[in-house]
Parts: sequence; structure tokens; C-alpha cells
Amino acid sequence: MTPLIIKTTQRDHEVARLAAFAIVLHLAEAVMPTPLPGVKPGIANVITLYVLHRYDFVTAAWVSLLRVFAVSLLFGNFLTPTFVLSLSGAIASLLALSLAMHLPKRWFGPVSHSIFAAFAHIAGQLIIVRLWLIPSAGLAYLVPVFATFALLFGTLNGLIAAKLLAAESTGETQ
Amino acid sequence: MRNWGSWARLLPGDWLVILAGIVVVAFAYATLWSSSPAGKVRIHSGDRIFATFSLNQDRIVEVPGPIGISRITIHHHQARFESSPCSNQYCVHQGWLSKAGQVAVCLPNRVSVELLGDKGYDSLNY
Repeated sequence: MTPLIIKTTQRDHEVARLAAFAIVLHLAEAVMPTPLPGVKPGIANVITLYVLHRYDFVTAAWVSLLRVFAVSLLFGNFLTPTFVLSLSGAIASLLALSLAMHLPKRWFGPVSHSIFAAFAHIAGQLIIVRLWLIPSAGLAYLVPVFATFALLFGTLNGLIAAKLLAAESTGETQ
Repeated sequence: MRNWGSWARLLPGDWLVILAGIVVVAFAYATLWSSSPAGKVRIHSGDRIFATFSLNQDRIVEVPGPIGISRITIHHHQARFESSPCSNQYCVHQGWLSKAGQVAVCLPNRVSVELLGDKGYDSLNY
């Protein structure tokens, strides 16, 4: 019997390294208390934005989805509603990013992408909640609250990603 | 480690997106948190309107559905599902509805209760 050897490419290592950053950020955020249950800054999305700008969409999708799966395994909520919500938010965000990334780069930066992704994230999650977990129209009362935080944290994460990208590019040229 | 003081500049489109986001959020608050008091309650059964009642008169309405009878109580300008033959009882646990636009739905029995505002127009003609 021959041992199974998985050949990894340089790109696999790169994706794993970036996903590891995102996982650490996600875990760090998870231990912080939140003012409202269900409201989180989603700081790990900074990594997704960063990868989208430095690499490409496919790499960003890998990093984002790997993080969702890895974090759910670490917390032991794989295939639970928490995981499904996390995954639906991530997929919705990625769909929004796949569209928003085609906006003219001269006018729209990471902050725009981040805000679109944040709104898509909460929309994707709310659709799942409405269809599956809490089929009640009363959920509509929470929409403005979630939208407020989506805008706030979407802008903040976008600013951090923009700062990161700008700092890195100036560092490289000097 | 230079220019950490100057934040990455926002592009014109970014400002536009932020502005649009603020408008969306404000619109969400305006439409979804409108707390105008309700005047009437409309009960749907299946795809038809079962009945519309004023909230001023207390009453108990029995609405037949595919799996049984849902009892809807109107009391003190509020309405609620008092009982429903569904298994999950989401509709009953939603409790009293008192504001215009609030809805309680019993999906298994296909019954919904919707509160309507007093000043709503049925139709407008020009």
C-alpha cells in the first residue's frame, strides 16, 4: 500500500495562509462581547476584500468559504443553523462582490465593495431565517437594525481593507 | 510605517455608496418601524380575504383552514392568534398585534392576520 500524497501547489499554500489569517480574526471576534445577539463586525471580511484586490475573485471565494467551514469545525457547529447562516451570508457576500468588483476602479474602491458585501451578507442571512428558521413577518422589525450595522461595519471593514492595501503598495514602492 | 495618520482616501463612488446606504437604512426605518396605530384587522384564509373587522369591537373569530380552526381574538384594539391547530405554534407565540402593518401568519393552516392603518386608502383615482 502506497501512502497517499496530496501534491500542493504554491497557490494552495497561499490560499491556506490567507484563510488562516481570516480564521484567526474570526475567532478573535467571536470572544468579544456584542451589543446585540447576531450583530458582529465581521472583521474577517477584511481579508476577503484584501484577497479580492490583491489576487482574484476565485481566491477570495476560496479564502472566505474555507474560513466558514474551518471556523464551524473549530466551534463544533458544522451543519447546524449557525453554520448554515454563516455560509449563506458568505455566499451572498461573494455574489455581491462578484458583481461589485466590475464597478469602475477609478470611482469605487474597497469601501464600496465592503458595503455591498455587508448588505448582501445580512440579506442572505435574513432570507434563510425567514424561509427556514423563523417564518414570521415580525422579523421585518429587525431589518432596519441589521441594515444600520451592515452599513457601519461594512464601511469600517472597507476602510481597514483600503488602508491595508494602500499601506502595502506604498511599502512596496519604497 | 508612514502615513498611518492619513486614512486611505475614499473615492467619489465610495461616498455615493455610503450615501445610498444611509438612504436605504433610513428608508428601512421609515417603512418598517412605522408605529401608526391600527384601526382594522384583515384575516386571510387561503388565497381569499376571510373577513375585515374593526379593532374597536372585541370579538373572537373562528377561521377554518385546511387543518382545522384558528381562533383569532380581537381585544382592546389588539388582535392575536388565540389558538391554531398547527404544530409549531409560531402564530400563537407572536402574541398581540397592535400596530398597522403587523402580520401574524399560520402557514400550516393558511391563515393570516394583518393589521391595517386607519388612514389607508383603498384606491386613488385621478
